[in-house]
Amino acid sequence: STTTSQGSERQPLQSILIANRGEIALRVGKTAAQYGIRTTTLYTDPDAYSQHALSSPFAINLSDSSQYLNGDRIIQTAREHGCQAIHPGYGFLSENAAFAKKCTEAGLKFIGPPWKAIEAMGDKSRSKDIMTSAGVPCIPGYHGSNQDPDFLKHQAAQIGYPVLLKAVKGGGGKGMRISRSPDDFLDQLASAKSEAMSSFSDDVMLVEKYITTPRHIEVQVFADKHGNCVALGERDCSIQRRHQKILEESPAPHLDEALRQDLWAKARSAALAVAYEGAGTVEFIFDNDSGEFFFMEMNTRLQVEHPVTEMVTGEDLVHWQILVAEGGKLPLTQEEVHERIKARGHAIEARIYAENPDMNFVPDSGKLLHLRTPEITDTVRIDAGFAVGDEVTSHYDPMIAKLIIQGPDRHAALQKMKTALEEYEIAGPITNIEFVKRMCVSPKFVAGEVETGYIEKNKDELFRKVDIPDEAWSQAALGLYIAEQGLTGSESVLSSQTIGFNTGLSGSRTFDLVEIPADGQSSSASSITAHVQHLGPHTFSVSIGGQQPLQVTSKLNSTTNILQSFYPHTRLETRVIRDPETNNLILFQQGRQYRLQLAVPKWAEKALGMKDVANSVLAPMPCKVLRVEVEEGSKVIKNQALVVIESMKMETVIRAPHDGVIAKVVHKAGDLCKAGTALVEFAGEEEEKA
Amino acid sequence: RTCLGARTAATYTSRHQAAQISVIQTAVDTNSTSYVDNKKSMQELLDKFATLHRDAAVGGSASSREKHIARGKMLVRDRITALVDPGTSFLELSALAGHEVYPGEEVPAGGIVTGIGTVEGTMCMIVANDSTVKGGTYYPVTVKKHLRAQEIAQQNRLPCIYLVDSGGANLPHQADVFPDRDHFGRIFYNQANMSSMGIPQLSVVMGPCTAGGAYVPSMSDESIIVQEQGHIFLAGPPLVKAATGEVVSAEDLGGGRLHSETSGVTDYLAVDDAHALVLARRCVANLNYPPSVHKPEPWKEPLYDPAELDGIMGTNLKTQVDVHEVIARIVDGSEFAEFKPLYGSTLVTGFGRIQGHQVGFVANNGILFSESSLKGAHFVQLCNKRRIPLVFLQNISGFMVGRDAEKGGIAKNGAKLVTAVACADVPKFTVVFGSSAGAGNYGMCGRAYSPRFLWAWPTAKTSVMGAEQLSSVMEAVGKKVDPKLRDRIERESESTFATARLWDDGIIPPSHTRRVLAMGLQAAMSGSTEDKKTEWGVFRM
Repeated sequence: STTTSQGSERQPLQSILIANRGEIALRVGKTAAQYGIRTTTLYTDPDAYSQHALSSPFAINLSDSSQYLNGDRIIQTAREHGCQAIHPGYGFLSENAAFAKKCTEAGLKFIGPPWKAIEAMGDKSRSKDIMTSAGVPCIPGYHGSNQDPDFLKHQAAQIGYPVLLKAVKGGGGKGMRISRSPDDFLDQLASAKSEAMSSFSDDVMLVEKYITTPRHIEVQVFADKHGNCVALGERDCSIQRRHQKILEESPAPHLDEALRQDLWAKARSAALAVAYEGAGTVEFIFDNDSGEFFFMEMNTRLQVEHPVTEMVTGEDLVHWQILVAEGGKLPLTQEEVHERIKARGHAIEARIYAENPDMNFVPDSGKLLHLRTPEITDTVRIDAGFAVGDEVTSHYDPMIAKLIIQGPDRHAALQKMKTALEEYEIAGPITNIEFVKRMCVSPKFVAGEVETGYIEKNKDELFRKVDIPDEAWSQAALGLYIAEQGLTGSESVLSSQTIGFNTGLSGSRTFDLVEIPADGQSSSASSITAHVQHLGPHTFSVSIGGQQPLQVTSKLNSTTNILQSFYPHTRLETRVIRDPETNNLILFQQGRQYRLQLAVPKWAEKALGMKDVANSVLAPMPCKVLRVEVEEGSKVIKNQALVVIESMKMETVIRAPHDGVIAKVVHKAGDLCKAGTALVEFAGEEEEKA
Repeated sequence: RTCLGARTAATYTSRHQAAQISVIQTAVDTNSTSYVDNKKSMQELLDKFATLHRDAAVGGSASSREKHIARGKMLVRDRITALVDPGTSFLELSALAGHEVYPGEEVPAGGIVTGIGTVEGTMCMIVANDSTVKGGTYYPVTVKKHLRAQEIAQQNRLPCIYLVDSGGANLPHQADVFPDRDHFGRIFYNQANMSSMGIPQLSVVMGPCTAGGAYVPSMSDESIIVQEQGHIFLAGPPLVKAATGEVVSAEDLGGGRLHSETSGVTDYLAVDDAHALVLARRCVANLNYPPSVHKPEPWKEPLYDPAELDGIMGTNLKTQVDVHEVIARIVDGSEFAEFKPLYGSTLVTGFGRIQGHQVGFVANNGILFSESSLKGAHFVQLCNKRRIPLVFLQNISGFMVGRDAEKGGIAKNGAKLVTAVACADVPKFTVVFGSSAGAGNYGMCGRAYSPRFLWAWPTAKTSVMGAEQLSSVMEAVGKKVDPKLRDRIERESESTFATARLWDDGIIPPSHTRRVLAMGLQAAMSGSTEDKKTEWGVFRM
């Protein structure tokens, strides 16, 4: 549908190298394939079998996992393999001005803006100066070089609390802290600096006004070499956790049309001010209280959430990027873009992460045991980098996929998003799917009352504990029974027929099932005892928690793992996935996921020396211990910091689940731990008394 | 060239058409008054037996069961359920053993639960003491039931798993428990011999195991003990104190730790019942024993509902039941290839299949005459030659009597049948569905003829002759007849009386005949089997 503009100077590309991984590499490859452009992909050792590496016959190994950042080597590779251009995707080298420059010098096209534009926008203080002179409003703050803590504190007082402390080189929420009063300013500064230092090897900070009910609204811009620049609408990315986006949508809800046009105009001015080319995003912070907006930064690359804009405009932005790189003209005018968006309604994207929302969204990793995606249509799109059997590793970002929905209006899009999420099944790592489903029905969100603090402000509603229905327990017990007994195949000869008068034999079996606690604390887990009695072929009597037994006819399909059961009152189809390594049971039933486990038998502790981990604080994910904040024998109170770990390049503080005394520090700083290993052990009640 | 002349064409008969000659046609009218009445009276009888079985399965008194559970022990039937493969059937034997046998004493199920269950894919004989019944002590019927289970295990080459929880011999009954050939000592004799035949013997000691009982685990190939619960000693602490003055705790004298760490009497130490049973299952998995898998060929269910047997049979044994109607509700597809249907028709013989297992039927359809006996002997030899197991359906008041019969040599012809049945060593199964009287009991493979299993319907009546007949015979020979004799004979011939004394392996509902036979055939014909060459006795010609 893209109108191709034919500039006389346009030099078509035949071969590009994709210097990225995962879904973005696949995404770029898809458009390239559509236009007959050969792609060469890169991979590192942990990614050897990943989908992007397998997607092209030309796949180059870079060896260890840090090598995606080795610009020189990538340029060398591109030249050796006859690639004319490099698409950097996002992250990695996409906003590395030096890399862009080296590409150009090596005679390769860098599919992105000119390196000078990257450099200008990469430095936050400098970018603000440029914006201010271009008439784009910036948030009040100090972006200077004086880093004396007391001076910064003085600046904060002038800006007015609360203030935001942010690493100049930072991004992705790292090296960022909020100071609410002069009392905590210096502590927060120190903490932000330390994180910035470890993440970016640079701890220069800026201080800005902190907006209490802010919204994150960004404008997608595109510019060509011929001086054309359009805004492809805005995206509201206010729903965030850990300062990272979960839901993005376009258009932004409840945004006055005049204001919207003003935003677009300001974004174009920003791009033109740095002689921009290609895809860029101008981020604004929008003060919901005053209706003011301020320039935050410009991202000089394609963004993760670009499909939202693609869905709402009906355009292929990667193709636009290639067109611009080839020297072509932008396919649409600003007016045409505006008409497109009006006609196409609303688009929304959910990022599916391997992470645990109940444990402050800590990343998770592991093998994708089961993956079922909603049906792809013109209005339901999935950009994913993983397939069943793939491992979500802790080496890279834990994003599994993006689900993008388009609808005639916001309500329709949201409703469809919820349905699509209910059809989205992932077993293996914990994902945020259940959480996003809740977001889709969270009343204020549905009403469009978005802000960046939404999750924190509505946490009681979003994280409320939901009971597991009896039928889910019952399906779990039946699924286990049938799957483990190999009853899925052909009939065994006399399977479970009562023989003779009922003598109480082939009696019921007890299944002690426990929920895998979402927050990792066994005290919060529901548990139940199910009694399953096999009455005859496919016929069972199931009693949950001592209730009246129900007669159920149940069959398990060993190929699809779907357990179809007819209860006296209903039919249920449940997908029962067993994790062979952990014996965890993951159920998908009526659009909900349940994570359960068969309790460890009573004898196992004594017989196998297995210890109940109730008194231990466990590593929530594979990690490295950075600091241990307690000593053996220390008395701690609930929520006190115990250990600081690092995983997925993120620091996480492991806090005390309850008051108590530390009996043992199991791991010291520097230790590498697997998920589920004890970090510290609390003294048991008896030991405490002693 | 010569012309061979006209030939007719060979006919073609499709398999389906050919099969039709074997399908039994039914004459049963399920709306008839007699059927409805029969069904009603049978249902009453079945309800009575269901109650008897349910009560027996409860085990000992409520207080003893509570005490048992409070000690952290599983009840005997839960132990068995946990031991066998989920989703498999358990064939319990003689569940009404000991019923009203000991005046003033109740010994539900004889204090021991026995039966065939599948463990890790292998059918095993499970023998489990119920310590809630008289402390699991051995009454005479307990011994008999234990020995019968071992006999079945030996004949069918089933590994034995003993779940031991017993106080040993019941001392007041010691004279009927200890000294004779088929008493307590025979248990260990059987263990030793079965072990020598390569039939595995496993013990799980889950409670006391005193004196002679101590030999159950000691004579086993492998044994498991539950710590602080299972105890093995030749003499318990009280006896030790009396004998030598030594004061010692049960655990120190014969606990799991002692026997697993020091004495070596046991091989595996378990922390509780559940753990012990997991260990037992692992032992079975390591027996390297042929699994009891069924032939994969598909089979058809009978054309007619086996539940109709209730209405066909009724409870009045004076009405002759056409045994074809019974066979039609036992065999696959109700297909029965009858042998010599027109000759000696009071004995029905022929081939059929039960869940794919081929069997030969020998079934009563009236009194045995010379012809029927000869036909029976012929058919038994036929099956034996072909290694086809035999199923006897008993409803027999005896051989024909009278001058004509004797002149026709009924004695020698009956003897031929008895010889053939006695010597045939293919697996034999007997189901008594009606009378089992006189020499008919012998010719039709009664208990004395060692069928692998003998089951009875609730309607079964076993006695040398009917009570009325017996009274008149007694009168005829001039004896003064005790007025209560008739009633006593009547009572003693009932199936409850018989099954309580282990004259059979259990009472079954008529509708379960097919599945019980299938389970028995499975035990006998798959897994570990033995080939034998038959030697016949002299047939008097």
